[in-house]
This record gives sequence, structure tokens and C-alpha cells, in this order.
Amino acid sequence: MSTTTQEVKQVEKEPLFGKKERRLITDPLNDNNPITVQILGICSALAVTSLVYPSVVMAIAVIFVTAFSNLTTSLLRNYIPKSVRMIVQLIIIATLVTVVELMLKYFNYPIYKQLSVYIGLIITNCIVMGRLEAFAMANKPWRSFLDGIGNGLGYGLILIIVGVVREIFGKGTLFAGSPLEMKLIGNTSEFFINTTDSTLFGWYSNNNLMVLPAAAMFVIGIIIWIQRSRNTKLVDIS
Amino acid sequence: MENNRYVIIFILVLTCTVAVLLTFIREATKDQAALNEDIFNKRSILSAIEVNLDKKVSEFSDEEVVNIFNDKFEQVVLDANGQVIEGVKAENIDMAKEKKKPEAERSLPLYIYRNGENVNYILSVRGNGLWDEIWGNIALGEDLNTVVGAAFDHKGETPGLGAEIKDNPTFSRNFQGKEILASDGDFVSILVKKGGAEPGNVHQVDGISGATITSNGVTDMLYNGIKSYQPYLETLRGKAQQGMLQQQ
Repeated sequence: MSTTTQEVKQVEKEPLFGKKERRLITDPLNDNNPITVQILGICSALAVTSLVYPSVVMAIAVIFVTAFSNLTTSLLRNYIPKSVRMIVQLIIIATLVTVVELMLKYFNYPIYKQLSVYIGLIITNCIVMGRLEAFAMANKPWRSFLDGIGNGLGYGLILIIVGVVREIFGKGTLFAGSPLEMKLIGNTSEFFINTTDSTLFGWYSNNNLMVLPAAAMFVIGIIIWIQRSRNTKLVDIS
Repeated sequence: MENNRYVIIFILVLTCTVAVLLTFIREATKDQAALNEDIFNKRSILSAIEVNLDKKVSEFSDEEVVNIFNDKFEQVVLDANGQVIEGVKAENIDMAKEKKKPEAERSLPLYIYRNGENVNYILSVRGNGLWDEIWGNIALGEDLNTVVGAAFDHKGETPGLGAEIKDNPTFSRNFQGKEILASDGDFVSILVKKGGAEPGNVHQVDGISGATITSNGVTDMLYNGIKSYQPYLETLRGKAQQGMLQQQ
């Protein structure tokens, strides 16, 4: 009995949510954001962000994959043969992505249809593999797990910001396709036949550019600009 | 530790574990996933006759969708000559596979919706847009001529341009009340016209500006798709009008 408690104490020398652990979560949100600072995972950020709802689902999917692939890789890190480590990492990522895909089919088929190939393409998302190589292969499971959640959140945060901007200006709505669907600005009759709510700025006509993937590039660019003007640490890095 | 035997065993154990895990999850979710897909497809058929339903398709619960299909739908499968193929349900026809077959071997799904006096015939059509396939369901009224409603979908059209065939309800709403037959009974289909339909023309709808190729794709899809149903529709019309259209 006494030996086991001693062991537990030894493990808990690294606190669950110490300063370092908290930084693992908060760093990727700003100082080390995967999209705006590391410029990774841009492809899916352009493709799925024309509406907020798919962006949120995509963000959750990526958080799940980064968190659990980091955890699994970290647990196996001492056993993975160095010569095939990339293959092993890919097997882990692909498994988790398939799990996400099956779960979406099970719980929400329409959104699975809408995200289509981009769920499968999480496998090739550089954020996931980048974190496995850079962090999970050299750190303990709990920290790797937090690092995965942090990076997933950092990615998701940008995705949702871009989604909100694009949906409001491109369609005048928020959360279209979900139960929370609401019409915010612009002409009511254009997209949703049965919306009777009066909206602000009835004169606003939707900006089609915002619906195109290119708009996400501009929005991300502007986010990077704002972020760097406020966070001087980043300016020296690049 | 890093000898080849270890590497091979490690990979074997890992892949086997993963395979078992995924098979287990897939088996557990398979039935529900198939049901979800089925309901998704049924909703897209219902959206073609949305005007004849009490509420929007998105407001129906899954159960209600299945009930409407069980109670009010007759599902028919036709061969290329307009003969009914017995023993097959329309919902089991995969349009994507049918499109790859030569035209003479295709099976055509036809959904007949009956609600009291109201009879609608829903045809499934499939064609090519700009980037990839487009498809749709088009509902005809009892006269087998007037369009009651239409719903389109696509695989990869440009958002904001070609994708408007799905995203913009105005596009499909414009099909309501259009006619597929000329006044003498010849088949003319419906033209998605660049630059806007001529006012009062029952065979034209407004095209989508900036998406000419998708618009033309819809035109072709409707022409070819509805045409392949024509033999069967003709027999139905013949029955209804007692040979008045037999001359053609």
C-alpha cells in the first residue's frame, strides 16, 4: 500500500495543471498559433470556413485527432522503432480520423456530407503530424495530450473566427444548417424562404467573394496583421 | 532493439489492433449510419415537393420522413424502354452507378407521391456541372407536364456561383409552374437561360450569373434525364387522356 502511494507521489511531481501545462494550452491560441504563426493547416481552413457550423464541427474533429494522436504516440514513444516512426504516426492519425468519420456518419449525417473529403484530409493536416514529431515523440503522455488539445484549439479558434466573418458577410446568417440558425443582416427573402424575423441592414446585399475560399485567405491575412500589431514578440520571429 | 524482427512485429501488432478496433466501431455504427443516409436521401426527394407538404422539409423529424415514405409514396423502377421492373424499390437505385451504364441499360427510379387528390411524380436526374457531378429531383404534377418543385445538389461546384443551384432556394423555386411539354405535346424540357428567362415563357428559368457552365449542365441534365422517363410518362399520359396523345 505504502509503495503505491509513493509511486503516485512521484508521478505527481509534475502537477496536472501547473504553469507549464497551462502554457501548453494557451501558447497555441496566440503566441504559437498553428495557423497564424506556424502557417500550418491552411488548406482546410480555406475550404470549410464558409459557414460557422461546419467550422465548429471541423474544429472539434481536429481537436479530437490532435489530442488523442498525441496521447497515443506519447504512450508508445519508447517502443516505436525509429526507422518506421512516420508510418506508425500515420497509422495512428488515420485510425483516429476514421473514427471521427464513422462517428459523424452515426450522429450527424448531413454535416458529414457537407464536410465530405475534408474530414479525411485531416490525415494530411500538417498540424497533427507536426505536433507528433515535434512534441509527442519527446514528451510524457499527459503533457502531449494537453499540447494536442491546445493546438487543436488554436486551429479551431482561427477557423471559427474566419467562419463567423465569412458567413456574416457572405450569407448574412450565423450557424446556418444547425438548429441555432439565425439571419443577421441583409435581405431576408434571399436564402431562407421562411424567415420572418426582421433583420438589420436590409439594404445589405451578400458579398459573393466571402463565400469563395479566397476570402478566407484575406481574412486569415488580416487576423495575422492584427495579431502581429498587438503582439510584438511575433514580429521578431519572422 | 531496432532489429528488423522487432519492427515487423511492432507494425503487425499495431495494424492488427487498429483493424480490430475500427471493425468493431464500424460494425457498431453501421446500421444507424445506413439509416441516416437513407433519411438524408429521402429528405432530398421530399424537398422537391416541399410546396405540397405542411411544413419545411428540415422541420420534419426523421420518423415523420420515414412515415411519409411508407404511407404516401409508391416507388417504381423503370427500364430504359419505360417498362416497370418488378420487385425493385426506387430507393435502392444508385443514380451515380446508373449514370455510368450505357443509356439502354439504365434503371430509372420514380417516386409517386399521393396525398388525397394530389398526385406528384418525382423524377431523379443526374448530369455534369463545371467541376463534378450535379443531380436533382424534379416533381411533376398530375398532368405530367407542370413542374411542382425541384431540388438540386452537387458534388463540387464553386460556392457562391455554381453551388447556388443548391444554396439559393430562389433558383429551384423558379422551376415551379414551368412546363416540360410544348403546347402540341412535344417534349421540350426546361432551359436554364443565361441572362434571365423571357417573361412568361414556361420553358425557361433564370440562369445563375457567373455560372454559365453549371447552368448549361442543369439544362442538359434536365433534358436528358426527363427524356429517359418520357416512354413511361407517355404511357401514363396515354392512359389518362385515352389515346389523345397517341399520334406522336
